[in-house]
Amino acid sequence: MSYLPYALAVWIFVVGIYGVVSSRNFVHLVVCLTVTQSSTYVLLLAIGYTNGGTAPIFADVPQTSKAVDPVVQALTLTDVVVSVTVAALLLALAIQVQKRRGTMNPDELRELRG
Amino acid sequence: MTRRGRLALFAVSAAGLSALLLWAVAGLPDFGHFQGRYGATLNKVAVSERHATNVVTAIVFDYRGIDTLGEEFILFTSVIGVALLLRETRDETGRIHDAVRSDALRLVGIAFAAVLFTIGLYVVAHGPITPGGGFQGGVVLAGAFTLVYLAGDYRAYRGLTPQPALDFVEGAGAGGYAVIGIVSMLLGSAYLHNFGPFGTPGTLASAGTISMLNLATALEVTAAFVLLFTEFLEDLQLTREQSA
Repeated sequence: MSYLPYALAVWIFVVGIYGVVSSRNFVHLVVCLTVTQSSTYVLLLAIGYTNGGTAPIFADVPQTSKAVDPVVQALTLTDVVVSVTVAALLLALAIQVQKRRGTMNPDELRELRG
Repeated sequence: MTRRGRLALFAVSAAGLSALLLWAVAGLPDFGHFQGRYGATLNKVAVSERHATNVVTAIVFDYRGIDTLGEEFILFTSVIGVALLLRETRDETGRIHDAVRSDALRLVGIAFAAVLFTIGLYVVAHGPITPGGGFQGGVVLAGAFTLVYLAGDYRAYRGLTPQPALDFVEGAGAGGYAVIGIVSMLLGSAYLHNFGPFGTPGTLASAGTISMLNLATALEVTAAFVLLFTEFLEDLQLTREQSA
């Protein structure tokens, strides 16, 4: 059972990709991509967890107390920021597609048009 | 490829991918038994070395500060990208149309915006001490401005966030981060090395450059998110006007 949190990350990742592959709307596609990216938060935080550990913040607990790994938490913060910037750029592109081609469905963008 | 063919291909490859990923995670240390020496060491030394009780913030703005410099510029670049993409096809001739909302909604909304702004400042200022920091607090601060738009109107929102001020704060935040690193070098140490003053751990005036970089990041993130919202809202407003 001790690998269940990692398996959860794998599940979220695959479900997110399924959403991207089967998407009929660019906004839905961007949300699915965000779901896929959130699997990496689960994986990172699960890896750094220590049984019985507190948050790595020693404002009101003694510095000797057992704490979870702070490095993966910092990485997760970076991960969240990157995820947001990617979503913003893709949504801006989705607006462009809607304006130029009048559709939000990726399947209707098959052929190139000059 | 047809939709059905694509989904069939996905089913096959997803099964393979899942198997490989599960095999990979089975090789990880048991959940709850992670033995990361780097993190454990930082948990021990960060408070005494840097006087920051939030070790995550100490890592983000000090031990791995150069990574965060890169992260700041990722955000900066993506905001430029969104602005370029959305402004390119925007028809600037439309007039901004504001929906009229009730006075009660307006009053409550603006009051909550003030509360949210204060919480944002709190989260930013206590970054080196308790959970939070420039990134998290910056998003909350930007949320306060969005609340002004939601409860009030677009004109009030734009009046609070004039473009020249946004551009200046955005640049000052991103540039300020880089400049603090250069100050470290002028003082004779490595780029972004923490040169203090360290103060008492657990108080607002502590942690040296961590607090300064935290503040620079808060400025950058707040301005970046307000700029993002503004670009999307401007588009929405003009579209509404044209369809009205």
